[in-house]
Amino acid sequence: MIRLADIIKHPLRGLQSDVDEAESPVRYALLRRKIFALMAAATLIPLLAMAVLNYYEHQSTMAREIQNPLRVLVNKAKSSFELFLTERSSTVSLIASAYTYPELADEQKLGRIFSVMKKEFKGFVDLGLIDENGTQVNYVGPYSLKGKNYAEQRWFQEVRIKGKYVSDVFMGFRKFPHVIIAVQHMTEDGRTWILRATLDTHQFERIIASMSLEPDADAFLVNGQGIMQTSSNNYGKVLEKMSFALPPQTYEPAVLTMVDPLGRDVYMSYAYFPDADFVLMAVKPRGSVLKSWYTVRGDLLFIFALGVVAVFVAAYRVTDVLIGRMKESEERREMALRQVEHSQKLSSIGRLAAGVAHEINNPLAIINEKAGLMKDIMDREAAFPAKTKIDAQVESILRAVERCRGITHRMLGFARRMDVSIEDLDVGEIIKETAGFLSNEAMHRKVDVRLEIDPELPRINSDRSQLQQVFLNLFNNALAAVADGGRIMAMARAVDDNVEILVRDNGCGMSDETLKHIFEPFFTTKKGKGTGLGLSITYGIIKRLGGDIAVESEQGVGTTLIITLPKGQREALA
Amino acid sequence: MNAKDWKILLVDDEREFITTLAERLELRGIPARVAFDGESALEAIAAEEPHVVVLDVLMPGIKGLEVLERVKRTNPLVQVLLLTGHGSTRDGIEGMRLGAYDYMMKPLNIDTLIEKMESAIDYAKKAATLPGKSDGQ
Repeated sequence: MIRLADIIKHPLRGLQSDVDEAESPVRYALLRRKIFALMAAATLIPLLAMAVLNYYEHQSTMAREIQNPLRVLVNKAKSSFELFLTERSSTVSLIASAYTYPELADEQKLGRIFSVMKKEFKGFVDLGLIDENGTQVNYVGPYSLKGKNYAEQRWFQEVRIKGKYVSDVFMGFRKFPHVIIAVQHMTEDGRTWILRATLDTHQFERIIASMSLEPDADAFLVNGQGIMQTSSNNYGKVLEKMSFALPPQTYEPAVLTMVDPLGRDVYMSYAYFPDADFVLMAVKPRGSVLKSWYTVRGDLLFIFALGVVAVFVAAYRVTDVLIGRMKESEERREMALRQVEHSQKLSSIGRLAAGVAHEINNPLAIINEKAGLMKDIMDREAAFPAKTKIDAQVESILRAVERCRGITHRMLGFARRMDVSIEDLDVGEIIKETAGFLSNEAMHRKVDVRLEIDPELPRINSDRSQLQQVFLNLFNNALAAVADGGRIMAMARAVDDNVEILVRDNGCGMSDETLKHIFEPFFTTKKGKGTGLGLSITYGIIKRLGGDIAVESEQGVGTTLIITLPKGQREALA
Repeated sequence: MNAKDWKILLVDDEREFITTLAERLELRGIPARVAFDGESALEAIAAEEPHVVVLDVLMPGIKGLEVLERVKRTNPLVQVLLLTGHGSTRDGIEGMRLGAYDYMMKPLNIDTLIEKMESAIDYAKKAATLPGKSDGQ
């Protein structure tokens, strides 16, 4: 496996040293994987970073946008509560200040005052005057509480100390939740009395209702001990203990996220009242609030996934194209290199052959002349006993010289043809003639040699003897490849502006490895019999004649050599 | 012209080869002198003005092609047959360009050589009667 870190550290390593060492298909697979991983990483990392950043940014923005309205709502409701309580307690204070104790102690007067209060301010339930001993001396309201003594009650103690008191919600004697507001007043003669009004908590419920919360949301009032002051949908009825702990104290509305006792993820907004022992709380489940966020998140994820897929597809395609181009250019380079190498080999072998031929030709010329002289002398001598025998020896030497001459000439022919002579010629005729040279061997081995020459074959400008050598080489190779009774076919036809000659045999065929080397000098499969120069010479000649040579072969099926020759001479020949 | 009146000069540093060739030509009634290097060949040509010079291309000292060039400058009617050890087309064509009559490859066929000498002499004779074409082919 490729490690990403390695790729990042050495992104191009695969394109350098490893390449030359590995086998081609493996190397390309490796390279493909590396480039693909590199490209995918280079595009996916920024994409991922952007997506993550976007995700968190969006999430925090959404959270702010959700929390703010909640905070505002709680603040507004809290203000409503405070206004309600302040108004009521101011009214009670005003009455306490405006009227004297005897006036308030007058049942009729108090009744009238109370009825005005009730008319002007909703929520008052009753009104009572309590003397400094805690005895209710006058009372207007639905209950008969006149004469009741409150001296032992906590609120009485508190109002004596603070002068003003707003109670929690409590049941008291009335058996329904209520709040009392008590104001102490001091007369000029130093006597104190207390005016006490009871408020109906229905008004609390109405303020909460005016918050118009969604059905799954909840808002309620609790006191400093966590006792519910209004009923909640989910966290307890009025005067029950709230089902979770109070949040830390703050007078400014705050928002917390928490898991409520029902197990829901909720936003809780709350604020403590500065002048009363109340905490207003509003709870909203996050699920419903974040619905729009979840939609956005889904979209975001979808786009990200789409991006990832697009990156992979693009990386794959680009890698494909890149590798294709690389392969192509490397193949071209390899071919060019091979050609250069080949021509270098040919030229150095050519020089070697020319040198050898020259070195041999000189002593050969001496032998030739010496033997020739011997023959000349013998021809001029009268008969003597050994004359016939000596004549035969000399003839034999001259024949051997002729053979050597043939060999050196062929060697030279490999490097450079002695006489390049371009003429207008009929390729078909040359093929027929050359095939004729081999007819004896073909007949002997029962090889079926067939020629299919297009009668309309155009004449071409080329070199007769060189073409003869080419066809001789090809036929020789074909004969060597086929078994006795095999088949060799030569075809010649016009293709565009060229003449194409195919020499096909049904012989043993060649492996891919052999195919790679067949045009190289000294490469032979004939084990000791061949020089390895035949196809190399053929290649050189065809190239010099401006043509092309290709080979197709399948092991066990046969081989086809395809030669293309231009009709006209294309380039000046060396 | 009768073959025994031909003046032939054979030039090659391969002494064995060239003397044997001379001997064989003489056996056929063709008088041939030999030179073993470029310098003596040039001296012999200046002194005797042979009809045909058989000249090896590759020699130590003055090379065959240089000898050819000088001969053609000083004695344009002397016909030169070049001998090459390796039948190089390049040397042959260069030689022809410099005014050689023909070129042959070693080892030689003596009958072919004599035929070429004869046609070279014929050619030289014709060239001599056509003024201004003496060094052309």
